[in-house]
Amino acid sequence: MTTRIFGSGIRRREDPRLITGQATYTDDIKLPGTVHAAIKRSIHAHARIKSVDTSAAAAAPGVLAVYTGADTDGVLNPIPCAWVVPDSDVKAVAYPAIAKDVVRYVGDAVAVVVAEDRYQAEDALELIEVDYEPLPVVVNPEEATKDGAPQLHDDAPNNQAFHWVASGGDSDAAFDSPEVVVRDTIIQQKLIPTPMEPRAALATWLPSMGELTLWSTSQNPHICRFVTSLVTGLPEHKIRVIAPEVGGGFGSKIAVYPWEMVTAFCAMKLGRPVKWTETRSENYIATTHGRDHVEHVELAATRDGKITGVRSVVYAGMGAYLSTAAPGIPTILHGLMYCGPYEIPNVKAEVYGVFTNSTPVEAYRGAGRPEATFLLERMIDLLAAELDLDPVEVRRRNLIPKFEDGHDIALGLTYDSGDYQLALDTVLDHVGYQALRREQARLRANNQYMGIGVSTYCEICGIGPSQVAGAVGFGGGLWESAIVRFYATGKANIFVGTSPHGQGEETTFAQILSDELGVDVDDVEVIHGDTDNTPMGWGTYGSRTTVISGAAIALSARKIKDKAKALAAHLLEAAEEDIEYEDGKFFVRGSPDQSKTIQDVALMANVAWNMPEGMEPGLEATTFYDTPNFSFPFGAHVAVVTVDADTGHIELQRYACVDDCGPQINPMIVEGQVHGGVVQGAGQALWEGAVYDENGQLLTGSMMDYALPRAHLVPEIETLSTETPSPHNPLGVKGIGETGTIASTPTIYNAVIDALKPFGVTRLEMPLTPERVWRAIHQQ
Amino acid sequence: MFATEFEYHKASSVDQAVHLLNGNQEAKLLAGGHSLIPLMKLRQASPAVVIDIGGIEALKGITASDGVIRIGALTTHGAIARSARVRENCAVAAEAAAGIGDPQVRNLGTIGGNVCHADPGSDWPPVLCALNARFMIQGPGDWGPQGTRTLQASEFFTGLLTTALAENELLLAVEVPRLATNQRAAYAKMPHPATSFSVVGAAVLVSVEDGRCTAASVVLGGLVPSPMRATSVEDALVGEELTAGAIAAAADRAAADLGDNVAGDSVFASADYRRAMAPVLVRRALSRAAGLSRD
Amino acid sequence: MAKIPIQITVNGQVRQFEVDTRLLLVHYLREELGLTGTKIGCDTSQCGACVVHVNGAAVKSCTLLAVQVDGAEITTIEGLASDGGALHPLQEAFWNNHGLQCGYCTSGMIMASVELLQRNPRPTGQEVREGLEGNICRCTGYQNIVKAVLAAAEAMGGQR
Repeated sequence: MTTRIFGSGIRRREDPRLITGQATYTDDIKLPGTVHAAIKRSIHAHARIKSVDTSAAAAAPGVLAVYTGADTDGVLNPIPCAWVVPDSDVKAVAYPAIAKDVVRYVGDAVAVVVAEDRYQAEDALELIEVDYEPLPVVVNPEEATKDGAPQLHDDAPNNQAFHWVASGGDSDAAFDSPEVVVRDTIIQQKLIPTPMEPRAALATWLPSMGELTLWSTSQNPHICRFVTSLVTGLPEHKIRVIAPEVGGGFGSKIAVYPWEMVTAFCAMKLGRPVKWTETRSENYIATTHGRDHVEHVELAATRDGKITGVRSVVYAGMGAYLSTAAPGIPTILHGLMYCGPYEIPNVKAEVYGVFTNSTPVEAYRGAGRPEATFLLERMIDLLAAELDLDPVEVRRRNLIPKFEDGHDIALGLTYDSGDYQLALDTVLDHVGYQALRREQARLRANNQYMGIGVSTYCEICGIGPSQVAGAVGFGGGLWESAIVRFYATGKANIFVGTSPHGQGEETTFAQILSDELGVDVDDVEVIHGDTDNTPMGWGTYGSRTTVISGAAIALSARKIKDKAKALAAHLLEAAEEDIEYEDGKFFVRGSPDQSKTIQDVALMANVAWNMPEGMEPGLEATTFYDTPNFSFPFGAHVAVVTVDADTGHIELQRYACVDDCGPQINPMIVEGQVHGGVVQGAGQALWEGAVYDENGQLLTGSMMDYALPRAHLVPEIETLSTETPSPHNPLGVKGIGETGTIASTPTIYNAVIDALKPFGVTRLEMPLTPERVWRAIHQQ
Repeated sequence: MFATEFEYHKASSVDQAVHLLNGNQEAKLLAGGHSLIPLMKLRQASPAVVIDIGGIEALKGITASDGVIRIGALTTHGAIARSARVRENCAVAAEAAAGIGDPQVRNLGTIGGNVCHADPGSDWPPVLCALNARFMIQGPGDWGPQGTRTLQASEFFTGLLTTALAENELLLAVEVPRLATNQRAAYAKMPHPATSFSVVGAAVLVSVEDGRCTAASVVLGGLVPSPMRATSVEDALVGEELTAGAIAAAADRAAADLGDNVAGDSVFASADYRRAMAPVLVRRALSRAAGLSRD
Repeated sequence: MAKIPIQITVNGQVRQFEVDTRLLLVHYLREELGLTGTKIGCDTSQCGACVVHVNGAAVKSCTLLAVQVDGAEITTIEGLASDGGALHPLQEAFWNNHGLQCGYCTSGMIMASVELLQRNPRPTGQEVREGLEGNICRCTGYQNIVKAVLAAAEAMGGQR
């Protein structure tokens, strides 16, 4: 056999359309008669709507209709929250598609205009007169819980959206009289996901059939259809949702938003195709944000650096309403990961979900796990400083030893497999850790400030078993299905319910099938994104697509192989048990020239002229795969920074990482995921942050103020890997889409704090702007 | 992100542009568009009439004569950055141009459009002030010497987003004196990470004879509403040997020169921080001009 | 408001249209000509998803009026491959080096890179990074984009 296709860094099969401008994203679709919707958004973060006068807008050139909350009220149901975490008193407050009485954040919709062209729609927006009575505003999640704070929803006293506690061991006892305790208040600033493609929707309505078609920039078209059915009241089977090419999501395209529901509403009212595409400034106020925690954290340890307990009280901003998956993120995906890769016996996470007058918060790359990892890695560095130990040494003393088939942690999860020490050793060897420390000492003697940051992490992804989904209040399943279908010509389609949007699964999925059945990757096409021609699936997020859809594909391929073997035996007039398979061929044991290729078998199965008794025609298999466990990738990262003490400017000099996602189907794609993830996490550490003023106005409302990582600001990422297969997945694979983001923020943060050690600086708020660093150095 | 409607005229000559300007009181001139179009898209500017002067070839290009480099108002930042003439005779102008925006912005944005917009975050205003550049302006009336006037850079920039240019005037060119053999200039800035706009910038021009500074021009930008000379820094330099110590001592005076003349807080940098950075940037620009450092 | 007639050559084809004065070039290309390979990512000329070539220069078409380019020659991503369909070396290099993920920034990134290599046929990695400072990619961390541009430079025979 030649090089195995599984494990080959072949170039991506989706790229030709993307590099030639031929790919079709939602806003690229132009249907005859399409009209354009634009949404009038609240300019106040909190206000009572006294009146909305749409008369001038309705009379403006090209305008077909103007609708307000009075029109949608009772027609569109409220936008549901789909992750109601149990035992946490979740307040599923009403989330109307268009606000009728009160607006609760800058960006809340008050009306929609539909016009013949986009420019006319925008002109008409300015003619809508809204009379507001401003109400008091609160944007800080902790402040919002205090007595006397402005109240967003009558049915959520103290703005409490939920209160969730998880614990393992006896965390209170661990803090009774610990040998050492370190404390910090960590601010996980609010972030704006910023996929390069803004969100868009296009809706058509076929009244004679009662059918709605909705093109949407979605990471999960099947969930979008499900929720669209709930909101519009249309039967699910009469709705078709298509996520065409989607230009990145990073969690912000998971939620089902009011705006595509409003787009559908307009299409149904007007009988014309209606398109809505947001501008970037609209994206920044109206598409979900991420993070936004205020965390009070304590870590207890022994004098020799063994961690004995971690506990936190977290105020997690939810924004003005509960977005689709919002409550699950700071709880299940955050609080349950407080052990990280460490043996920590006593843990407690107490999380308050809090309504604030700001854009709703949702998943953002890593979703909960970056916050958990940051919390641990930050506290461990504080502990190292307290004990005057090398941060690496503290990690070594606490890492869980190597395990291959399950390890229970105090918070009740069972990790699948891990070799954390190896990852750490590998990255330290690679960077030459001791030499870096010597270099640091040499530079410090010359008043030059270099810092080295190290993180070890373990994360939970490949979400997840559906039974667990149900137990933790997720409003759906988390299994995936895959259909593999061979045609008479020997070519095959794979149909999946997940919806890749940049992660390259049109290639990796073809590699899986190719590896299983010896068919050339170019003879396989992966179909996804359209609810009418793909089987049910729960979507692409939580680094689950390759793990769960991939497993479903492998199992479908194996079913096909079984059938093909039986059919080949029949055609070769041999007993099935005498048939062997290798490299796309079924042959009689000992007689390799007596063989049938998978293509031969596919032809016969499709024409069905000569089938074994009782065998159905066709060569196709469907698998519904529900994973027995999450997957837990892990790794160790190192960052080297320099700080200009005169200005506070940070230069990211070097970044090296070891990530372990088990066997890699396509190493080139894996590396690409790590590069992008690391840089996104660097964005949180160094540049990004949604900043609001006291009136709830977003001050970072465009790319002119919200600074994103750019090519010249980041170094080359040195990527390495170890390979520890997951025992809980047929392919042994683990997710890799979020690891970079999860690990890099604390790694870079720790490096900066390390650089500032000579100045006695122990804490800073992110992003680490030059001003913040300079003020810390100069104690201003 | 969608401009309001406007009447559009294309001028193919300076004559025509002046004529159109005189006939349309509310008109805005459009050069490369990189200042005006963003404002129009945000609906912060909604001119009734736009006069597109971008096609006037006479206003493009760089010529050198009599100790002066003449840069046509419609010359792009990119063309200036790449100009061998500018590099040889006044490298600092090429360096400043190369740091504006990004390559695509530099391909369209023009020096004239930039200075007429007079954004405090622009690089040209402090650099041109430090270089004692002259601004050649065409007034109303017939094309010809009678209709023109010349302003020093320091006279041209009058305040936040304002210049001495009257509504019916047109900037023709900027003339930058060729640096003498004993002159050195440098520009140091702290760029905003999102836009490359100057958060704090310092442009300097020093003359050195027999090892001592005989004249200095130190101009701050970025943090002030419009470019500002740091006169006490200049005074402290004259007569001194440009050592690291002398430069640092002089640069420290920049904060006092600024006083309260600092633009308001921004998300990225507060006024206090920017004030504190002024001496640092002045020191860096001076060190570079003096050949003591390259950063 | 009266429309203004313009004539431009796009990817070698002469196109005549009457356009609103306020119509942006990017909207003209996408809506009138159906050339949707050029994207809009930021609206404020930061991200570079809309980069096309006007008379050979890479520009941000979201900050340019269609009327401004009357008479110009424009090349978009759709016009980059040869007439026979052979990919431009930069397209090939982006593909070979995994220089894209979601693909949304890719058209602008490639168009910017074409000019970068015209101006500097054999850049260093740092020069590529600086040359692409006007193009934002949220997926790749830029690493494979830089690699792709360097590979294309090599393939195009650039001499340092």
